[in-house]
Formats: sequence, C-alpha cells, structure tokens
Amino acid sequence: MKQDIILAGVGGQGILSIAFAIDMAALKQGLQFKQAEVHGMAQRGGAVQSHLRLADKKIYSDLIPKGQADLILSVEPLETIRYLDYLHPEGIIISSRHPYENIPDYPPLEKVLATISQFPRVKLIDSLSLAREAGSAVTQNMVLLGAASSFLIVEEAYLQEAIKELFGAKGERIVKMNLKAFELGRNKAGLGK
Amino acid sequence: MKKAIKKDVLLGDEAVALAAFQAGLTAAFSYPGTPASEIMEYLIRLARQQGGVKATWCVNEKVAYEEALGVSFAGKRALVSMKHVGLNVAADPFMNSALTKILGGLVVVVADDPSMHSSQNEQDSRYYAHFARIFCLEPSNHQEAYEMTRVAFDLSEKYHIPILLRLVTRLSHSRSEVVYGDKRDPNPLRRGDWQDWTLLPANARRRFAALLDIQQDLVREANSSPFNSLTLSPTSSLGIITSGIGYNYVQENINDLDQPPSILKISTYPLPLELIQQLMSAAQEILIVEEGYPFIEERLRGLLGVQDKIIRGKLSGDLPLTGELTPDTVRAALGLAPLPRLEIEEKLLASRPPQLCPGCPHYDTFVALKEALKGYSQATVFSDIGCYTLGALPPLSAIDTCVCMGASVSMAKGGAEAGLFPSVAVIGDSTFTHSGMTPLLDAAAANVNMTVVIVDNAVVAMTGGQPTYATGERLAQICAGLGVAPEHIRQIIPLPKNKEVNSRVIKEEIEYPGTSVVISTRECIQEVKKRAKRR
Repeated sequence: MKQDIILAGVGGQGILSIAFAIDMAALKQGLQFKQAEVHGMAQRGGAVQSHLRLADKKIYSDLIPKGQADLILSVEPLETIRYLDYLHPEGIIISSRHPYENIPDYPPLEKVLATISQFPRVKLIDSLSLAREAGSAVTQNMVLLGAASSFLIVEEAYLQEAIKELFGAKGERIVKMNLKAFELGRNKAGLGK
Repeated sequence: MKKAIKKDVLLGDEAVALAAFQAGLTAAFSYPGTPASEIMEYLIRLARQQGGVKATWCVNEKVAYEEALGVSFAGKRALVSMKHVGLNVAADPFMNSALTKILGGLVVVVADDPSMHSSQNEQDSRYYAHFARIFCLEPSNHQEAYEMTRVAFDLSEKYHIPILLRLVTRLSHSRSEVVYGDKRDPNPLRRGDWQDWTLLPANARRRFAALLDIQQDLVREANSSPFNSLTLSPTSSLGIITSGIGYNYVQENINDLDQPPSILKISTYPLPLELIQQLMSAAQEILIVEEGYPFIEERLRGLLGVQDKIIRGKLSGDLPLTGELTPDTVRAALGLAPLPRLEIEEKLLASRPPQLCPGCPHYDTFVALKEALKGYSQATVFSDIGCYTLGALPPLSAIDTCVCMGASVSMAKGGAEAGLFPSVAVIGDSTFTHSGMTPLLDAAAANVNMTVVIVDNAVVAMTGGQPTYATGERLAQICAGLGVAPEHIRQIIPLPKNKEVNSRVIKEEIEYPGTSVVISTRECIQEVKKRAKRR
C-alpha cells in the first residue's frame, strides 16, 4: 500500500498545514511517510509545493518520480497545472477552481480550468465560497483537505484529530472553523466534473 | 521492563538538532540561512523547554564558528550550523581549527542547496572537508541524520578534529519519523593545552604533521564505518557507487532493473578505499550517483582514468552537472524508460516567482530610491542578500548586483572609485551587521563618494524572522562610530505617504560628495502580522 501526493499552491495558502495534518494522521495510523517541503525565498508569494509520500513499507526518495503521483491536491488552479507531469495515468486531481492572481501574465481562468479538465479523474472545488461558509477565506486549505479525505489512505478520524492539534494553540473557535471547512470540503467529494 | 520506543516527526534539520542536544551538547551557534535555519530554530526550542544548552543566533558564521571553537577549547561539546555559503564566511576558522587539537567534540553542520532553491550558488561542502583534511559524514535519511550527528561528536573527540556533517536541501527540509535515544551528560569543564591551540608557526607545523598522520586512520575509520555498505551482485556487471540522498533515488528505481546491480553506499569522507576496490573488482561498468558536484567521480577517475572499466556519472553526461538529482534523472542514468504519464495539449505555464509581500517596507524604500536616481545616467545600485534582493525583479527592477553577504558596500566603494556616480549600496540591517560594517569603515576612512541605504526591517526576514542585533538608532550610532559624518547619517520611514520626502533625503545624500548613509526603518510586515495574531 502506498500513496504519493503532490500538494500545491502559493506561498501563504497553508500548503504546509495540509501536509502536517496528513503527516500526523499517518503517524497515528502507523504508516511510514516522507514529506519534502519548500522554505525560504520560494515562500514569498511564489509557487509552493510539497511531495508527500505514504506507505506501509520503507520509503526511499523524498521526491515523487514523474508519472507516479496518485493525487495532486492543490489550493490554486494554475499551480495544479505546474505539476501535471507528476500524475499517474490513473491519478486523481483535486483542485481549487479559485485563482490567486499575483502575477501579471496569469492565463485566462477558463483555459486553466479546461486544461485541468482534460484529465480523466478531476474534482474542481469552489474552495473559496466553502471556506467563507466555514467562517474565513483562509480555511481554503482545509476545504481541499476535506475534499481529498475520502481518497486518502489515512483515516478521516485521524485527520480530524490532526486538525485539532494543528490549530489547538489558536483557540477553540479557530479549531471549529477549520473542522467545519474540512467537513464542507468532504461533502463535495465524489469524482466527476 | 521493555523500553518504550521514542519517536517524533522531524525535519532533517530538526533530527540533527535533537541528536546534538542529546549528545551532551553545551552550546550551539549559527547564522540564519536556508536550508540550515531550522537546526538552530529547533535547538532554541529544545533549550527553552528543557534547559542545559545555550543555543544562539550570532552576527555571522565566522563568529558562530569561533564561539563554538571556544566551547571546544573548554572541553565541552559544540555545534555550529550554517548554509553552504556560510562556510565561505567561516572558512578561516574552519580551515585553521583542523590544526588545533579539538578537545570537546565540535560538529560543523553545513546544508548545501543544489538547484539553488534559495541561494546564489550550489557549492559542495564535501570539498571543504577534503580541503581541511577532516572527516565528513553525509546522511541519506532522517534516521541517519540523527545517528550520524551523535557519532560525529564521538569521532571529533577520538581524532581531535572538527567533523563536518553535510546536509542537502531535500533532507534538511523533508519531514519524516525519527526514533531517538537517551540524553548523554555534558563533558566536564577543562582547558586545551596552549601548544595545541596557539598556531604560531612552530606549533602549527607540528599540528599539521599530526593532522597528516591521522589521515590513514580516517580512511580505516571509513572502511569500517557502519554507515557505509556494500552489496555485491552475483549476476550483474553493473556497480553503483552512491552517496547521501543519491542512494534514495537509486533504491527508488532499482526494482525495475532486470538484474540487481552491486551497490556501494558511501556516507563518509575520506572515501572507504577498500570498499571501492571491492566494488571495482566485481563490476565492469560503474555508475556514480552523488548529490552536488562530481566529488567521488573526480577522485575515482583521477587524471588518467580507470583502465578497462566504463565509468558513468556527471562527468560523462549521464547525470546533469547542475541542479539537484531527482528520481527521474537517476532513472534515466540507470537506462530505464520514463514512467508512463498522460500527455496534454496545452501547458499554459506562467511562472510565479517569489516577490516582496504586500505592505513590505522595502517596496517603499525602492520606490523612493528609484525616484531619487531619476536623471542620473550612470546610477548604479549594488545590493546584497535578503528579501530586498527581490527588488531585482519587475516591476521594481531596482538593483544591479547581488553577490555575497556585505558585498553591496564594498562593491559600491569599488564602483565609486572606478568612476560610477551615483554609487549606491542597498543592504539589510542584519546583512549590514553580518558583513557590511567592515567595508563601511573602509569607505568612511577614505570618504568615498557613495551612499549606503540600510533597509532596516528589524529582523532577518527571508529565513523566517530571526533576531537582528542592531536597528534604528543603534545602526546610526554604529555608522557614526565607523566614521561616517553624523550629519550624513539620515533616518527615514519607508511609507507610501513619505515617498517625496524620502526621495529628497536620498537625493541630498547622493549629491553630498562623500560617504553617506540613509537608514530606512520600518518593521517587516510579516513580523507585524505575527504580533497581531499573538495578541
């Protein structure tokens, strides 16, 4: 059993929080994992990705080989496109449809979404409105994690525990908001376009 | 009673920090730099929670190294950590400390950044270990990073040399599980012998001879190290020599080969000569997979090459000479076809480079500076290492150079002396105290016609908000102490509403025909946000 996940987004969108929640859940479940992150200069509003590998046996490479990712989980649609090379032919894309436009040459959104939709197993999520429904636009990352939860080999209960640990220090209100975002995302799961 | 297994989820950097903490560490020193910063971040956290260890950010890597050396002289264990280019700054104490008789274990952790994710070059620190004739360990995963760090302290005390632990970005910034052990007590306080530590020529010659004497012992240590391993294939004529995380990419692909090759995994330098000889006699074709420069490959080939064997690696073009290895490049070098993937028609890729944060004070300083420089055809802005280096990119396109820490001030002096006017240096508060003060002393002594703009955001911002040791008025006092005329040390606040007055101040100082400083002070917007969240 193994699962290779590319996490993608823009610096500041909480990619590493998604990664950390899945790491914690994997640890609780007794799975091995490796998760390569990006720090430093790349975080300043630039493209951010993390390679997250889960398995029930030893994992060697910190990086996922191209064509090997079971899942691309992305908080930003243009960032989804950046890592399509990594997707396994039967891999799944779960991506926000909401653009983060901080560059002058952002391509037309409909083209971006059409490019993603060429793949057979895609779920585009209106993460921004769901995050707002949960209480804040900053919970888009947890909406996406929720949307991916039924495809992950870590159990949902462990993910929820991890979210509680991740946001525990920020108080009960923030924890509830993120759990709500996770739940709203999860309810949107189910493949199709 | 069965002992519970203790484990935690850690970055590679954090695994090193935990190991050092538990190895009886007395003190650790560092200057922030990606990808090494998290070593000290984690040590500071451990020291705060558990006590007993001093963990300190220093003004630069040279100072950090020398402070660690002082700890070793006192018989105690010390760690000094930095990014690869930081070792250039610390190269003087590093090279010379190899000649001292290290007393308390001294471990030098250097994190290389192949692919230059957040660096200006991708130099390979194994060459430094070779240059200094000391022992180097290179882990391939988190558990090894933990275990090698602990062993490194013992080796340092056994051979009385500093030990270099080489990390790379992909291990430093990868998170995985680490099983850890018990904490060792710190060493008792002692003092080194002056003859072993005072590198007067007579002592230094004796000490260098002692260092040369142990070289064969270090090779024997490498031959028997549990971190090196050789697996000989009964069926394949292919032999792979691999080190560090290169080993992981080999393992990732190895099952797709028809025959399992012989594999020598190298984790120590000097190289384990016996193991290499065994592999060479068993294999006809050798593939060398190493992260960074072709260090092993160059040594194996030598000047005249290896007779009757095919050697492949970075020098033969089988693997790229620049950038980090990936499972895919190693796969190709193993002669395997790429894994299948879906092809799509249109790619639409727009790059998304890093940029200054919305509300960043540097932005407002650059806007005022650009305004002040309008109309000067030779205007040159020498800049430095930090967030403000992003001012090179559009829409600002505000700087002309970035070479190394502190070079803005020295290059501005050189540029002015060559005839450039205006010659402006732009440097951050932390970079200024790291390496910008000494060249400003030079410039002020000659009253060279140049202007230094210190972009003071009161923090080491790019690496995540580490403390800086001089900001605002203190910087003004330092500049005055270095000899800049007090009336030409001006302080401004970089805000959009101050654009006109700020550009006027900068222009006045540019027009002053001597060395002037403009200190542009406003706190990093990320730090303001962090504080607001804590409230």
